[in-house]
Amino acid sequence: MPEGPTFAPPTDQSILLPFAGTRREIAEYEAHGGYQSLRKAVGMTGEQLVEEMIASNLRGRGGAGFPAGRKASFLAPGGERYLVINADESEPGTFKDREIILRNPHMLIEGILIYLWMIRGTAAYIYIRGEYHKEAAILEGAIAQAREQGYVGSPLLGTDYVPEVYVHRGAGAYICGEETALLSSLNGDRGQPTAKPPFPAVSGAFKKPTLLNNVETVATVPVILGMGGAAYAGIGTEQSTGTKMFSLSGHVRHPGNYEMPLSATYRDLIEGQGGGLPEGRTLKAFVPGGSSMPILMPNQLDTGLSFEAVVAAGSMAGSGAVIVVDDRTCMVRFALRTAEFYMHESCGKCTPCREGTRWITELLRKQEAGLGSSEEIDLLLDICDRVEGNCLCVLGDACAMPVRSHIRNFREEFEEHARLGRCPCPDDAPMSELYPPLLRAPLPMVAAT
Amino acid sequence: MADLYDQIQAEIAKYPDRRGAILPALRHAQEHYGWLSPEAIEAVAEALDLSPARCVAVASFYDMFFLQPVGEHVVEVCTNLSCALVGSDQVLRRFEDELGVRAPGTSEDGCITLRRVECLGGCGWGPVVSVDEEYQEHFKPEDVGPLCERLRASRPTESHA
Ligand SMILES: Cc1cc2nc3c(=O)[nH]c(=O)nc-3n(C[C@H](O)[C@H](O)[C@H](O)COP(=O)(O)O)c2cc1C
Ligand code: SF4
Ligand code: FES
Repeated sequence: MPEGPTFAPPTDQSILLPFAGTRREIAEYEAHGGYQSLRKAVGMTGEQLVEEMIASNLRGRGGAGFPAGRKASFLAPGGERYLVINADESEPGTFKDREIILRNPHMLIEGILIYLWMIRGTAAYIYIRGEYHKEAAILEGAIAQAREQGYVGSPLLGTDYVPEVYVHRGAGAYICGEETALLSSLNGDRGQPTAKPPFPAVSGAFKKPTLLNNVETVATVPVILGMGGAAYAGIGTEQSTGTKMFSLSGHVRHPGNYEMPLSATYRDLIEGQGGGLPEGRTLKAFVPGGSSMPILMPNQLDTGLSFEAVVAAGSMAGSGAVIVVDDRTCMVRFALRTAEFYMHESCGKCTPCREGTRWITELLRKQEAGLGSSEEIDLLLDICDRVEGNCLCVLGDACAMPVRSHIRNFREEFEEHARLGRCPCPDDAPMSELYPPLLRAPLPMVAAT
Repeated sequence: MADLYDQIQAEIAKYPDRRGAILPALRHAQEHYGWLSPEAIEAVAEALDLSPARCVAVASFYDMFFLQPVGEHVVEVCTNLSCALVGSDQVLRRFEDELGVRAPGTSEDGCITLRRVECLGGCGWGPVVSVDEEYQEHFKPEDVGPLCERLRASRPTESHA
């Protein structure tokens, strides 16, 4: 029977998960200094905590990289307000939040309690994707232990503030990772994005001011308080501080989650931690931050992992999901598989996304089958341009941006499909069962009747 | 189904607005009925004091709610990029051959429903297959046969009697 997840060992510079294996019991967590940052936090005011977060310069780990401290400072003051943790983790290639929950759930709970105290939140909801069945149970268990220890559901460490934390399970919808869609879903509506304003900081969960952050962002908070915001800011680069979890997958010898300082490079990650590609294979391209990001090429391996370095290289760091693609892979299939996902996950609210993702997918299907043409490759690029920037949320862009990058970097491969009238890849190339090359012999011309 | 009603009331207590409990309520109902049959929807609507139409409108948005009956076991194969690069298509195809159906579909004996799903969040441990909501990582085509045998053996004996 297949083995379970194999956790990569900590790196030299791990501060978030500096140990091997799991630490799920509260006693174990406390024995390693757990819940000490919370004690420090209750000695501080909410404003002081926000200041500390601003000093750390931590940027959100959910994808957009928005400064966490500034986001916290926007929250409208007073009254009923909520903290929502985004554990929807569905961007293809991303599996880091799951590892944090599996290995160190109390770090997330401690971060939540510090954040709740900071905003004097009415309650926190952890919105976890429905498929994370075991992970939801682990969080429920950790919350129950924290409740027993008096951290949850009773006055917090001698104050009169009572924090409450709930696990809210999603039900299978990628779009519910987008913050406004997540809040629609939590509020009991269909999980569709809504226009901003109103921003969640003004009207979010249950129409109240809401602070929403990714699992990794909040799990980093106890570390920041432990070492101090300024010390944390000393790690990484000036604009991208600290360490971050990178999910490494695809054609690499040692896939897994690796915690890297943001001053490291993709080469450090893929070749250093990941051990490079399997024997006999060479790098064709890599996805730098989740399947929605433009791909990067082998000559860009020395690009830094920081948000600014990836932008300078023409892509985005996104969620930190790095997918390694070897030389046997058909990039038309790769583009098709990417587009199919976004077509399936489009919520259907706006036309350019709903129709555009479908058009892109259909044209890529044709192209992969060798039934496309050079003009249709241009048409694909044209559709990408019409989708990008014209949608309510960025899911439309998430389909258009990578596909455009696949065509730009591998145009000749797309042309070859059209020229040969079939996919030129060998039978054992990846993804050859669902798009088998043998079936791709040129179709007989339909006789005009 | 008094216990389903009570379960839903316990969920409602976690939210300032009862509508927030609709996803957990639908989940409990699906666990009770096996799928979201009209009866199951009716039970959720009543417990939440919402219209059945609204419950269906919400349920139909999500992949994990079954608005049609499914087999006794549900097997889901991730065929998104990372898994596809390391052989998930071969796993899916082996399941299709073994069960004699194309995904999505249910084997003729009603035992196993096979679905092709998007990224499950186990990309570095792929191919990932979810079996009755439990993930199996590093899944290989040769694991398909033994798994199906195990699932067939664990069929509830009273069914189809
Ligand atoms: C289509 C789409 C999907 C997203 N999926 C996720 C997700 O699964 N997890 C996540 O944390 N953020 C996701 N985001 C980003 C969130 O909207 C939001 O920016 C983030 O959760 C904020 O947390 P942070 O500031 O801590 O990063 C997604 C955004 C979009 C547009
Ligand atoms: S861009 Fe797509 S996913 Fe986003 S709101 Fe529009 S239709 Fe929905
Ligand atoms: S691609 Fe299969 S689990 Fe992510």
